[in-house]
Amino acid sequence: MGHTITEKIILSHVPGLKEISPGDFVKAKIDLCLGNDITSPIAIKEFRELGKKKVFNQKRVVLVPDHFLPAKDMKSANQAKILKDFAEEFGISNYFELGEMGVEHALLPERGLIMPGDLMIGADSHTCTHGALGSFATGMGSTDLAYAMAFGECWLKVPETIQIRFTGKPKKWVGGKDLILQVIRDLGVSGALYKSLEFTGDTIEMLSMDDRMSMCNMAIEAGAKNGIIAPDKVTEKYVKAAIRKYKPARKTYTMVKSDKDAVYSDVREYNVSKLEPVVATPHLPSNGKPVSEIKDVKVDQVVIGSCTNGRISDLKQAAAVLKNKKVNPNTRLVVIPATQAIYLEAVKEGYAEIFVRAGGTFCTPSCGPCLGGHMGILHEGEVAVATTNRNFVGRMGHPKSFVYLSNPAVAAASAVRGIISHPSEV
Amino acid sequence: MKLKGKVHKFGNDINTDEIIPARYLNTSDPEELAQHCMEDADPEFPGKVEKGDIIVGGENFGCGSSREHAPISIKAAGVSCVIAESFARIFYRNCINIGLPIFTSPEAAQKIKQGDVVEVNVAKGEISKSGNKKVFKSEVFPKFIKDMITQGGLIESAKNKK
Repeated sequence: MGHTITEKIILSHVPGLKEISPGDFVKAKIDLCLGNDITSPIAIKEFRELGKKKVFNQKRVVLVPDHFLPAKDMKSANQAKILKDFAEEFGISNYFELGEMGVEHALLPERGLIMPGDLMIGADSHTCTHGALGSFATGMGSTDLAYAMAFGECWLKVPETIQIRFTGKPKKWVGGKDLILQVIRDLGVSGALYKSLEFTGDTIEMLSMDDRMSMCNMAIEAGAKNGIIAPDKVTEKYVKAAIRKYKPARKTYTMVKSDKDAVYSDVREYNVSKLEPVVATPHLPSNGKPVSEIKDVKVDQVVIGSCTNGRISDLKQAAAVLKNKKVNPNTRLVVIPATQAIYLEAVKEGYAEIFVRAGGTFCTPSCGPCLGGHMGILHEGEVAVATTNRNFVGRMGHPKSFVYLSNPAVAAASAVRGIISHPSEV
Repeated sequence: MKLKGKVHKFGNDINTDEIIPARYLNTSDPEELAQHCMEDADPEFPGKVEKGDIIVGGENFGCGSSREHAPISIKAAGVSCVIAESFARIFYRNCINIGLPIFTSPEAAQKIKQGDVVEVNVAKGEISKSGNKKVFKSEVFPKFIKDMITQGGLIESAKNKK
């Protein structure tokens, strides 16, 4: 019997194990573990309780204080300092101070820290983003991170896999974000609970790594344990470029693919050639609708950024819509590139100037307002269109504010018109 | 061990932003987090919850973020256990890892009402309304997880590990 890519990667990380099936509990070796300024302080406290003198591997622990940095208040500064002190004490080289720091799930792939075939855990639910590189990556909690830092392993239940097969060429202004919003619309927020979501089909081959990362990023919003895309030429080109540029400690990788006779718990097919941009209405990511069905929704704020859509091709799309346009006087535009490298490229390519001339802001990398942290919190009754991943009650500020999730082009168009809009309406 | 407490009932897809909003995540102090527990699902909850009380949720309880602050705030608020139709996976493992008892029982979650007093036999996973003979069975933990719980959670069980 064949195996899925997820099963194969897990199997290859359990020493001595010969066979694997969904539902099995295993202790798997990890290649990488990740924490941020919210989840790491608890993990560090737990780690210290274990009394270990060192982490399992100084190069395989990554700490990124991206959530509340630049420190939004004294308490946040305190939390971030716990990471910095720990990194220094334990010789963790992959600690990213402000100035190098970026949104973790954009930063790690960019730096070549996560590789195809890897098994990675992160104390952040959107760790599933890294499945776009053909790795098994899943979010866990702080205690799991503490354990992983100490022993280089984690406990896992091997998930069943749902295959989502996409065919057809997406229309202009339709990208990975729309595909995944459509999938979550159909599956619901718990439709893939405890399962793996594997994205396949000829559409995937046409998508950039940025699009693929947007898709795997939101696998968790359907309840999934991981999202994953088998590595191909596009993946390999991206990985090789990262290795060349940043010379990470590990330079080898394994291209794993699902067997032809792999067993799936479900296979769903999508022809995306007619799909239009999808917008998830408040207060669940599963409330997706075609943008044309959303009429006259006034927008107070637009946020373009995050681990879902803060990458260079996202900013490029937004800039294409905003070029020579003005943000509506009743709307605020907040653009947040996900990393310093993306920031620089956006400056070099002229996108930053387009955003600022349009009357928007162009901020330093941070998770910012996505989780209601800082840099654009919503007032009672306010409506936001965001390229982020969650529109739960109170997610971006006041419990009585409203978040609509969209792709970057729809967000930019909505900023210009002041109501939720299709990019072709600008 | 037996737990007994008054029920606070919540609906489906209660997410970690409702359990502990991110505006309070600039600390990991359990007592401070407890003061805002469930605040965005029920603003009055932190004021009315009493030691031993039980949270009952619908499907997909604890979905969203990986923040362990969510089960920590529930535990520190004095809640003795959480019963739900189903749990989101990261929240599920976080509860096991920090030692907050959770029980998956669609029947119990549907039949138990706000304000009911409920008794839980932790070892047997049996749930009943106080003074009522009807017993709701909860899903049995797999042996792997049961062993970890017996050893006092992930960190405790790892203390003697080389």
